[in-house]
Amino acid sequence: MQISMLAPEIEIALLGLLLLVLGLLLPHKGRGIMGTVTFLGLVIALLLSAAGFGQEEALFNGVYQADSYGSFFKLLFILAGLLVVLSGSAYIQRLGRRANEFYSFLVFALLGMVVMAAAGELITLYIGLELMTISFYILTAYLLNNELSVEAGLKYLILGAISSAVLLFGISLVYAVSGTTVISEIAGHMQFQPAMVAGIILMIAGFAFKLSLVPFHMWAPDIYQGAPIPVTAFLAVGSKAAAFAAFVRVFMLALPLPQFEWGLVLAVLAACTIILGNLVALVQTDIKRLLAYSSIAQAGYILVGMVAGNEYGLKGVLFYAMLYVFSNLGAFAVATAVEVETGSTSIEAFKALGKRSPMLAAIMTVCLLSLAGIPPLAGFVGKFYLFSGAIGAGYLWLAFVGLLMSMVSVYYYLMVAKAMYIGTNDDMTPIKPDTSTRVALWICLAATVLIGVYPAPLSALAQTAIQLF
Amino acid sequence: MIDLTAYLLLGTVLFGIGVYGVLSKRNAVGVLMSVELMLNAVNINFIAVNKFVASSQVIGQLFAIFIIVVAAAEVAVGLALILAIFRQKKSVDLNDFNLLKW
Repeated sequence: MQISMLAPEIEIALLGLLLLVLGLLLPHKGRGIMGTVTFLGLVIALLLSAAGFGQEEALFNGVYQADSYGSFFKLLFILAGLLVVLSGSAYIQRLGRRANEFYSFLVFALLGMVVMAAAGELITLYIGLELMTISFYILTAYLLNNELSVEAGLKYLILGAISSAVLLFGISLVYAVSGTTVISEIAGHMQFQPAMVAGIILMIAGFAFKLSLVPFHMWAPDIYQGAPIPVTAFLAVGSKAAAFAAFVRVFMLALPLPQFEWGLVLAVLAACTIILGNLVALVQTDIKRLLAYSSIAQAGYILVGMVAGNEYGLKGVLFYAMLYVFSNLGAFAVATAVEVETGSTSIEAFKALGKRSPMLAAIMTVCLLSLAGIPPLAGFVGKFYLFSGAIGAGYLWLAFVGLLMSMVSVYYYLMVAKAMYIGTNDDMTPIKPDTSTRVALWICLAATVLIGVYPAPLSALAQTAIQLF
Repeated sequence: MIDLTAYLLLGTVLFGIGVYGVLSKRNAVGVLMSVELMLNAVNINFIAVNKFVASSQVIGQLFAIFIIVVAAAEVAVGLALILAIFRQKKSVDLNDFNLLKW
């Protein structure tokens, strides 16, 4: 066992602790460098995990898996963290002296995600999950004087704790039948028993909660709306991808599809999620809530790939999760910039953005069209993989639902574009985002377009990562 | 000799009481207590299974300890949030927390 395989995780943990201490030691004026320190630390973590990509080793007797699958998600989370820190720094700065711990909690949430994606064993998975969600409870309620934020935090805590308990009950039943919690060993020890069925159903419910799949989605819009907007961005992208990483690993390895027939259950969940997410998004007037319902629908698309369970589908899951980071964070970065300037997140605030800041409006439009799946942007390629996987596995109807609802989604994404280009606004002062936001925006734009035009490298990367299954 | 089924049934009943509490309680502190009940039902399951199914390793007991620790952390954050919200609204009734609606 090589401890160096854990270098990115160790680095992230140390960064989180360093930020906590630094926040206490620095004089009040020097606090501005916290964002820079976080950024540099995450860049180092990104380089370390990129260097470790492709190495396969089971650490601590299989408790922790340092494999390509985990590394792929590690890269994804760190990239998401970097983009959130870049695009959110102007917002976080406004928190004043409480900004220090904000960075620290972001980093700890990131660590939880990384552990979740690489866990080879259910206890580790649970610890990663809780590290992530407890950090997010605190981050969601970070604006202590804002009623919405605190209420969202409390709601998230109660619902998150319930969903964890349901997930754990499911795990305990699976443990009762198999006698082990090591993910790769569970399949070999499972016999068909009522307890096993109940365990699998409860685990699906627990994960569905974390993924905000219909009918377990009610928390998502409330929490997304109440949380500070960089947190919403990280929550929508990172926490969802982490839950998918763990969900896919557990269900593909511990409860393989041919042996335990959960395919149809998840197919129905995916269809409900896609339909409801897209339909309710049509009537939203707040950009955070709109993106929340859109992200519910996106989770449904990603689930389609997992239902398919074949090479195309699983590759699609990883591919889509990655492009979703760029497209969604691009949209959130624009929303953050607009909120910093106008103090509002309603779609009204986006009116005439095309004149106030042509760059912001253009990037928002590109990101939203990518989420809608319009070629030649990244979202199209991702949906192509997901739906061809579903058709290959015989779920023609599911692919049809997905395609149909993608068309519906174009409507509400274009509603935002319409507000930006056709709407008029009393306040026509130009919006100038700061440099770090601009860097994040350009990265998101470039990645969204590049992945769409030339998907081969990311596709190959995803291909390597799913060799495990 | 009491067998595994009895323990699992106890766990399930306790879990059910917890779920009922979560759904019926209007007091935020009561809801947190009900969640604790759900988690403790899980703990009973894990420890019983450890004893009856896989007694060669202490995985189940370990899991229970981790759950206790994490539950404590969760409640600490939960009570802090309830305090914060109480300062604003002078209430811990969940029916009063209704700013966010779809």
